[in-house]
Amino acid sequence: MDATLTNQSENENIWGGGNKPLNASYGKMMMWFFIVSDALTFSGFLAAYGFSRFKYIESWPIADEVFNHFPFLHGVDAPMYYVALMTFILIFSSVTMVLAVDAGHHMKKNKVAFYMLLTIVGGAIFLGSQAWEWKNFINGQYGAVETRGGQILQFVNAETGKRVNLNSFAASIPTDRSQHEAKNGVWYVTESTLPTYSVEEITAGFLANENLLIKTQQNDAKGHKIVLDREGSINKITQAVHVVEGANLVRNEYGSPLFANFFFFITGFHGFHVFTGVLINLIIFFNVVIGTYEKRGHYEMVEKVGLYWHFVDLVWVFVFTFFYLV
Amino acid sequence: MAVEHKLSIFRGRLTFKSVTQKIWGVLIFLSILTVIEVVLGIFKPQVLMNTFLGMKLLNWIFIILTIIKAYYIAWDFMHLRDERRSFTSSIVLPLLILIPYLIFILLLEADYIYNVMSDGFVSWDF
Repeated sequence: MDATLTNQSENENIWGGGNKPLNASYGKMMMWFFIVSDALTFSGFLAAYGFSRFKYIESWPIADEVFNHFPFLHGVDAPMYYVALMTFILIFSSVTMVLAVDAGHHMKKNKVAFYMLLTIVGGAIFLGSQAWEWKNFINGQYGAVETRGGQILQFVNAETGKRVNLNSFAASIPTDRSQHEAKNGVWYVTESTLPTYSVEEITAGFLANENLLIKTQQNDAKGHKIVLDREGSINKITQAVHVVEGANLVRNEYGSPLFANFFFFITGFHGFHVFTGVLINLIIFFNVVIGTYEKRGHYEMVEKVGLYWHFVDLVWVFVFTFFYLV
Repeated sequence: MAVEHKLSIFRGRLTFKSVTQKIWGVLIFLSILTVIEVVLGIFKPQVLMNTFLGMKLLNWIFIILTIIKAYYIAWDFMHLRDERRSFTSSIVLPLLILIPYLIFILLLEADYIYNVMSDGFVSWDF
């Protein structure tokens, strides 16, 4: 009985929103049900990511080898530190949000405003971090070549086993090939920016450097990428048809194109949520400052945006696990 | 708005004096879990690289820790602990039923496709 009782009094206006089913106000309840549907959307994305990953279980890129940058540490292999930092920033902004909600329960206007501001700053830092992460992902670091069959071949040093940058071995072969622009031909025909090096330059440079080997996408039994011997590498490099630098939606230097597609789509969709969260937080922050909720007599609106903000944090916890850890 | 808050976590083993204290306590707990995840992810102990139920033991640990984190974010930061049980259930049950189901059918199907392709004539699909 207690569960569904709506605590309705005689003079209460049911359709005016005064009714509280399940002891939660309509606004809060609808925010929760929006979160439930949004959670299903995100789990759909992540399950689709899992689908692709299990489909390509033997050739999926290893996250530690892709996301290994840290600000001001150029060339240092720092897997995971940066995303771990981003996770802490988001969890911390979640804490300031819940402190704001708590201050709202005690009707402390200045405290609510202060904690809201901290939350907004945390969200902004997170967004900036994500932009930096995208920049590194899109620009790439070493470059690779793609074969006719769509496989990505990366170059490693035979002695150290470390990835080698294309510019450290590519030969220089003068060519007349330049990027086709619409102004030079049919107006609707263009092409994207050409890679820095042509396939011929990479092949010639690779053959001239004895200590270079090719790293394939296939995993060995221990989950490491298989590195071919010199003979196999020379055989493989002849199949190269594209030079790949960085990542876009068609091909990327890290491996399967789907990896980049899911990265852009899932972290992008999450980043969009963070962005809208920051905007909504800003609106509520200004409302707190001008005293809207003080006049209304309660700070429930802070609680509602708080729910959304925590949800964004919750989603990041899962994205962090499935993109960077697992 | 007088809302009553439940101040105990870990099934009543740890009780805080105020809501603010509970928030910081939960933050510390979540941070410890994240640090464990990051340390395991960097060192990758050999013992945990064995496969269990189609996945590495390490990945199972990551997923379980993530679900624990999700529980504390929802229960303490999103105040589900203070809501009526029926309200909590109406939020959590649909997710608990639908998401594992979705994951189950998609991953099973993906494994099937992987087997078809590895046994078949396709050398590389992209």
